[in-house]
Amino acid sequence: MTVAVVRFGGSNCDRDSVQALSHLGIDTELVWHEDGLPEDVEGVMLPGGFSYGDYLRAGAMAARSPIMQEVREVAAEGVPVLGVCNGAQIGCESSLTPGAFTTNRSARFQCEHVHLRVENADTPWTAAYDEGQVVEFPIAHGEGRFEIDDDRLEALEADDRILFKYCDESGAVHDGANPNGSKHNVAGITGEDDTVAVMMPHPERVSLPDIGAVEGQGVLRGFAEA
Amino acid sequence: MTDYTATVTVRLKRGVLDPEAETTKRALERLGFELDALRSTDRYELDLAAESEDEAAERAGEMAERLLANPTIHDYEVAVERAEA
Repeated sequence: MTVAVVRFGGSNCDRDSVQALSHLGIDTELVWHEDGLPEDVEGVMLPGGFSYGDYLRAGAMAARSPIMQEVREVAAEGVPVLGVCNGAQIGCESSLTPGAFTTNRSARFQCEHVHLRVENADTPWTAAYDEGQVVEFPIAHGEGRFEIDDDRLEALEADDRILFKYCDESGAVHDGANPNGSKHNVAGITGEDDTVAVMMPHPERVSLPDIGAVEGQGVLRGFAEA
Repeated sequence: MTDYTATVTVRLKRGVLDPEAETTKRALERLGFELDALRSTDRYELDLAAESEDEAAERAGEMAERLLANPTIHDYEVAVERAEA
């Protein structure tokens, strides 16, 4: 099991991701986007950062780089793909997942801890949790507001493709617990297959015991589950 | 071939929140201006050579579809005119 962590110009969570995955015993390789995916790739992580300086829209440039065509191809073959933060923006921009992550309701960059409610525990990325469980992850983004038209949002809800919603400490989902104005408080979703997932909060930042909480490990273990 | 300038205007779809425009509107109001609404757009000017105005518009439209706009949140329009010599 080799997970490729794809580094673009401007990625900055790439080494954190490698460290967190390696800590879980998942074989990980840092891959420069121009070098393409390794032949034996068994997982792809798109890490956070500011690829291409967020020019045009966050994730827009990286989504159209040649390696993303490879990522779409292996994803279609069932190779697990996880996009976090800028990786989530890249995932939506490259049509791995529907919708878009755009400017926060506050119009500000927000770096804080948030509570998330597990909406569907029946995916590789959430199998370690219980449905309805509340976890605390950090966010760090200026463009994390999930936007999608109402019909497609209803379809995502109906098809159980929402992984996490922003909630308060008790697990209640309401506007006051929505840090960025995301529709239906959506923090993470799956692609057509649940082996593909994107999320704005950072599981890799709550996965190393030395740093404190390890609640994010469950998401990263998805690579072994998928 | 003729030289054209295609202008692609990309705007948020109606109903999609635009926090930057809202912030800008509030700043104008703080400066004492009165206004009902403010919408911001992105405008791209593309110089290109094409056989006809239609071909120039078609190519600019493809560029908008593939990169300049995100169809999930954006509408766009294309206007073409002959480039000034």
